[in-house]
Amino acid sequence: MDLNILIAGEAGQGLKTIETILGKTLFRMGFQIYTTRDYMSRIRGGHNFVKIRIGKGDITGPAEEIDVLLALNEEAISQHKQDLKEDGIIVLDGQIAREDIYQLINIPARKIANEVNSKALNTVFVGAVLKVLNLKIAEALKVIKEHFTDKKLQEDNMILLKEGFKKADGKFSLPKIEDNDEQLFIDGNSAVALGALAAGVKFFSAYPMSPSTGIMNYLAAKQKEQGIVVEQAEDEIAAINMTLGASYAGVRAMTATSGGGLALMAESVGLAGITETPLVIVDVQRPGPATGLPTRTEQGDLLFSINIAQGEFPLMVISPRDSEDAFYQTFRAFNLADKYQLPVILLSDQFLADSTTNINHYNLNSLKIETSLITDGESVKYEDYKRYQITEDGISPRAYPGQLSGEVVLVDSDEHDENGDIVESASARSNMVDKRMKKLVRIKQELKEPVFFGQEDINYLIIGWGSTYGPILEARKLLMEDGYKIGYLSFTDLWPLPEKRVKKIITPDIKVVVVENNATGQFAQLLKGQLGITSDYRMLKYNGRPFSGREIYQRMKEEVII
Amino acid sequence: MSKEDIYYSNQETAWCPGCGNFPLRKALAGALNELGLLPPQVAIFTGIGQAAKMLHYIRVNGFNGLHGRSIPPAIGSRIVNPTLKVLVESGDGCTYGEGGNHFLHNIRRNPDITHLVHNNQIYGLTKGQASPTTGEGMTTKIQTEGINSEPLNPIKLALSLGASFVARGFVGEEDHLRELIKSAIKHRGYALLDILQPCVSFNKVNTYQWYKQRVYKLADNYDDSDYNKALKKANEWGEQIPIGIFYRKEKKIFRDRFSQLDDRPLVEKEINPLGVKPFLLDFK
Repeated sequence: MDLNILIAGEAGQGLKTIETILGKTLFRMGFQIYTTRDYMSRIRGGHNFVKIRIGKGDITGPAEEIDVLLALNEEAISQHKQDLKEDGIIVLDGQIAREDIYQLINIPARKIANEVNSKALNTVFVGAVLKVLNLKIAEALKVIKEHFTDKKLQEDNMILLKEGFKKADGKFSLPKIEDNDEQLFIDGNSAVALGALAAGVKFFSAYPMSPSTGIMNYLAAKQKEQGIVVEQAEDEIAAINMTLGASYAGVRAMTATSGGGLALMAESVGLAGITETPLVIVDVQRPGPATGLPTRTEQGDLLFSINIAQGEFPLMVISPRDSEDAFYQTFRAFNLADKYQLPVILLSDQFLADSTTNINHYNLNSLKIETSLITDGESVKYEDYKRYQITEDGISPRAYPGQLSGEVVLVDSDEHDENGDIVESASARSNMVDKRMKKLVRIKQELKEPVFFGQEDINYLIIGWGSTYGPILEARKLLMEDGYKIGYLSFTDLWPLPEKRVKKIITPDIKVVVVENNATGQFAQLLKGQLGITSDYRMLKYNGRPFSGREIYQRMKEEVII
Repeated sequence: MSKEDIYYSNQETAWCPGCGNFPLRKALAGALNELGLLPPQVAIFTGIGQAAKMLHYIRVNGFNGLHGRSIPPAIGSRIVNPTLKVLVESGDGCTYGEGGNHFLHNIRRNPDITHLVHNNQIYGLTKGQASPTTGEGMTTKIQTEGINSEPLNPIKLALSLGASFVARGFVGEEDHLRELIKSAIKHRGYALLDILQPCVSFNKVNTYQWYKQRVYKLADNYDDSDYNKALKKANEWGEQIPIGIFYRKEKKIFRDRFSQLDDRPLVEKEINPLGVKPFLLDFK
């Protein structure tokens, strides 16, 4: 079962509210839901849409074909009619007159809403859509009660939901509902924020930048309850440097931004590198360069991230594959940053950040905090403390200022000796570079190999990284249904690059296809440069929109499997 | 009470002989000593430049960061650890040029930090280019026909932005400077102390001699709570240059605005991943 609702209109028409209420209602009713957002960089006007895909257990990405088009204006129809299925339905306000072949369900939403509360117009449509899907409204009424804090608004919305429901006709029948009590319905940004909270983030600072701002919003909403600090910085440089200061003072700290902001932070990522200050930096990628497409998606910052800042220093780059993974990877990023005293960049993107879907309940009991900070009990051992003490594995005992009585903690952006004091001698420089780079030996043992789907006798191996996970998974399923033998490797650790599994799987008779949301095949370049693996085909997309599973499936058949 | 020399590291300095940074260091060590602050209780944050090297020549906790970026990490450290005495030290280029944006917004935040600006009105480490405070008309290798912009007046700027403690010192008046540093550290809030400090190698105009002829101390009966008077005094520059505390006012500090924080450093707060359990309900 697979049904796709597309809600389209202009910015300011309240698409997000429909998405939230409808999405949550359908989730709670026991369906597998995948919502994606496509919006313009403006406050009002323009053309925006939200997709809500409904399925049963196996929905892992967006779909292109539309079953129900909820059109909030004329443009919604002209923009999307070509994607409407043959038996698709357009739900619209009766005041928008149309004469064409589509099945129309006219709901006099404005008229109905004006009699009750014109601000709650969209709820009429939510009721109508529920009727079109032949569902009940009890759960939606509960969601409305939770969503609106104002009593009057609650009641008005409930009345309008019922009215909308009454005015529509039932057209689709959905399968029996599953029990999804053990699931969460969460977007990528919230998952990252929640992972940070679980990891014990105590300080977060950022400059608002789409599409990363949701992370700051969620953390800010929880800061009082958690007793932590969220500060909006004057610019991205201040944001990352504030977090570095907090981390120096011993707490776990994070910043989040998008490409342009990361570019501003670049020098400071190097500062984290040479001062060996743990830091988690989230880059929610959007198409660049410069301002690019501020509200769209791309995987264009990979090579920039791994080469960020002048000079050489160890850092890690990790790209979560979905909202479930984003939580655990964020948690893990804090542990890695802390243990190895280095910056960790989490590469998310707008597609992941703004998509909401069902995931398995997070297993909090499995989470373990790992750190390299000296415990207060150990502090007596450190007389004549050296922040950059040369050790066998390159990891020095880390203390925070004021922790050791009689000792001070000195960190330095200049090349330094074990104390943290400036040195310019050739040997001291080499020793310190070696010390920092030595950490990679242990880090390599901690790398997460890519997840592999497939058997031994595959003809094609699709390789992807980060958020393309869901769409590629769906494409593979469709190709397998057609009888093709397809394997799929999904990478999340990108730098350093894990090499064992990919080298083991690739044999000369397997065709390798690298699927990426960018124009130059950045990961394919990395595979070639780091591991000597040549891809037979690079399937790229860089129009600012995410892949759908069917799209990859079709392109595989048209461009690869000829 | 500790002795002054516990604050001196045994590092050989990279400062020129006769540099104004030497008396400044002495005044700073003296101030820390007289306030009874031990090295582990103090953290100094620096940017880049000769002034920023201070923390290698003075033994307290130190974060030597990037050019112009000394203030943000200081704020980050201070807000998560209220028990730490936090100072920022950097030059006129680092603070008023590269770090100008942080300077502005730091005043708005009013964090409890002391900001010592080594103001020698020149870029020393890069060998003599104009800084934001260099006098108009001075020629350099870059500003060959004389500096074409008006110098920035840090005292007036800080006052106009609402800074809660604004002062100027001079390294040629060491006892006075030590007292100013003490007052700045004792002030609860953001304290700007702009310190006139000759660059003996590259600033041939604003020499010890030049300052000594002009600098005078604000009178004992000067009322540092009078904002309009402070603004008027801030305009004095040229034949007469006042030093001392121009303005002082108790205000809410940055940390007071976070009602969720108490007096304990956040590092002492235990981390428990299970603590997020209630938040999962947001996604049900």
